[in-house]
Amino acid sequence: MKQKLEIWVFGDYRNYFQNRVTLQLIGKAVELAKEIKATVCAVVIGHELDEWIGEYIAHGARRVYVVEDPVLKEYDAATYAFLTARLAEVHKPDILLVGATSFGREFAPRVAKRLKTGLTADCVGLAIDQDSLLVQTAPSFGGNLLADIVTPKQRPQMATVRPGIFREIPHNYEAKGKIIRMPLPIDLSSRRLRLRKSERQPHQSKKLEDAAIVICSGRGIGSRKKFNNLYELAGLTDAEVGATRPLVYAGWAGHDSLVGQAGKIIRPKILFSFGVSGAIQHTAAVNDAEFIIAVNKNPKATMMKMADVAIVADAGQVCSALIRELKKRIR
Amino acid sequence: MEMVVCIKQVPMVSELPWDPATGTLKRDLAEGMMNPACRHALEAALQLKARHGGRITALTMGPPMAEEVLRQALALGADQGFLISDPAMAGSDTFVTSFILATAVKKYCPNFDLVLCGCYTTDSETAQVGPQLAEELDLPAAAFVEEIAKKKNCLIVKRLSDGFIETLEMDLPGLVTVSTRHYAPRYFSLAGIEDAFPDAAPIRTLSAVDLGLERGSIGVQASPTRIVNVYTSRTEKQNVILRGAPKQIVEELLDRFGDRIGGAMGKDIEK
Ligand SMILES: Cc1cc2nc3c(=O)[nH]c(=O)nc-3n(C[C@H](O)[C@H](O)[C@H](O)COP(=O)(O)OP(=O)(O)OC[C@H]3O[C@@H](n4cnc5c(N)ncnc54)[C@H](O)[C@@H]3O)c2cc1C
Ligand SMILES: Nc1ncnc2c1ncn2[C@@H]1O[C@H](COP(=O)(O)O)[C@@H](O)[C@H]1O
Repeated sequence: MKQKLEIWVFGDYRNYFQNRVTLQLIGKAVELAKEIKATVCAVVIGHELDEWIGEYIAHGARRVYVVEDPVLKEYDAATYAFLTARLAEVHKPDILLVGATSFGREFAPRVAKRLKTGLTADCVGLAIDQDSLLVQTAPSFGGNLLADIVTPKQRPQMATVRPGIFREIPHNYEAKGKIIRMPLPIDLSSRRLRLRKSERQPHQSKKLEDAAIVICSGRGIGSRKKFNNLYELAGLTDAEVGATRPLVYAGWAGHDSLVGQAGKIIRPKILFSFGVSGAIQHTAAVNDAEFIIAVNKNPKATMMKMADVAIVADAGQVCSALIRELKKRIR
Repeated sequence: MEMVVCIKQVPMVSELPWDPATGTLKRDLAEGMMNPACRHALEAALQLKARHGGRITALTMGPPMAEEVLRQALALGADQGFLISDPAMAGSDTFVTSFILATAVKKYCPNFDLVLCGCYTTDSETAQVGPQLAEELDLPAAAFVEEIAKKKNCLIVKRLSDGFIETLEMDLPGLVTVSTRHYAPRYFSLAGIEDAFPDAAPIRTLSAVDLGLERGSIGVQASPTRIVNVYTSRTEKQNVILRGAPKQIVEELLDRFGDRIGGAMGKDIEK
């Protein structure tokens, strides 16, 4: 009898409360699994893991591979890669997905190398084609082009995926999953790379460049008070606030939030642009935004032509209305 | 300290993105430059050399014109350069690239203490070659490193990883990939490079045969991944225009695009 295929998701729990990429990948894996009739599995390595195992099962994993030991307490890419490769050699997953966190991007290449398989970095799309291959869509050439990449022969097919691309499925704490434990195959207590100190970075606003959603404002927002309202909208949508040069010069926003030639180049998934005309020094820095929602009184403004959704209205009023509506609708 | 710096030549798109005359992005793909993160890696090596002495080998794989980045590295203070260039290597993915680089390191710089890579390249952005090279060479490795100090037979490295500031101690030989945050590269004048190295530059070109690599183990055919389609991400804009009272506008916005916005937030927005 042919064994059922497995899709694995690496359990990157270190930043569970900030970063739900593992849950998002499990959500996507559940979708992909339907097409190739596969079982969705999570891999969890570390110490005192019950909480995460439970969460992954509640969010869609039907099987969890676990390596648990006090010696694994600290995240370590080489050790975790060694163990994951071991597990994969035994259980032969068809697909292995890893979140593109700092850790994931160091860990996944090493797993791929050990398993002699391909890896696509920083995917923005995953799908199954007619040959049941995983089509991995990744930006290339500085993000101007998208490439569809497959791994035809080697297994598993591996991809890292940025946080925020896919959506987690709602939890169900009644869900059942099978837990499979692997004992430590060798003594791992001596390491060639040792963590001496680790401290949480003092709270820092997520950088504009990395934000999935940016709310960018121009002079058309009208007043400092209305500009400050955008921070409430940003709080609701987990967004970063950017500004055009006149607002920075006016002192409403810090230089850190300047978007444009003299400031930051951004590439969010969603860009809200409030009262921005679209001068070239600004727009060239937002060209890579995936989806632009612009609000401007003037439908002919360049920013409105670049936008996917052009809202002809007062920027301040739309901001307030959006805050009210989102409060009702966000679950 | 014996150091190897892996340097890639990339198209000049992000370093000089602005054409001051027209205000547009320069996309002159014919011109190559040293990948920015590789310049930081080289800078880190130069500072280690200034402190602790030793030798720097610059290593690049690419078309013949990639020799340019080796000349730049030499002008900045590297001691020798290897250009790995062979048409049979074209289309190598990171799996194969790291294999080829590792083969060259083993054969031509077997006594190295430290390999330095950039953390990522601006053209492929995979950030995979460094960690995979570490596997090939069986080295301890730290990625996205910001500061490096040598202490006896170890390196003390600092980095930012997923919101944690980590200090790590790494045995040598080892490998680091250097981030673009700390080691601001020194500048060099292009004219100076030409003057400094007419023909006698200590650069060697290596082919697959020199490295003892079989054709089946390199290039497209040996790469596990296949690119099946390349296309522009920006399809013809279906520009949706919304007008009216703000309340109606935002209702319509969330009805039609709430999924997309929610997707970016990682939360659900009710219909
Ligand atoms: C060398 C140089 C470098 C520069 N670098 C930068 C840079 O890095 N970043 C940058 O942003 N700029 C930069 N600039 C400035 C740039 O040229 C523009 O002047 C600036 O981007 C315009 O900002 P804005 O869109 O906020 O203002 P404006 O151009 O004044 O546009 C305001 C917009 O708001 C709309 N509006 C008005 N009232 C309302 C309302 N009630 N509701 C909705 N919409 C309304 C208007 O229709 C208009 O389209 C630079 C300029 C130079 C020369
Ligand atoms: N062709 C190459 N020649 C030399 N070094 C390379 C090459 N490709 C990648 N590297 C090294 O690997 C790093 C990461 O590259 P990448 O995995 O392509 O993002 C680069 O900064 C280089 O140090």
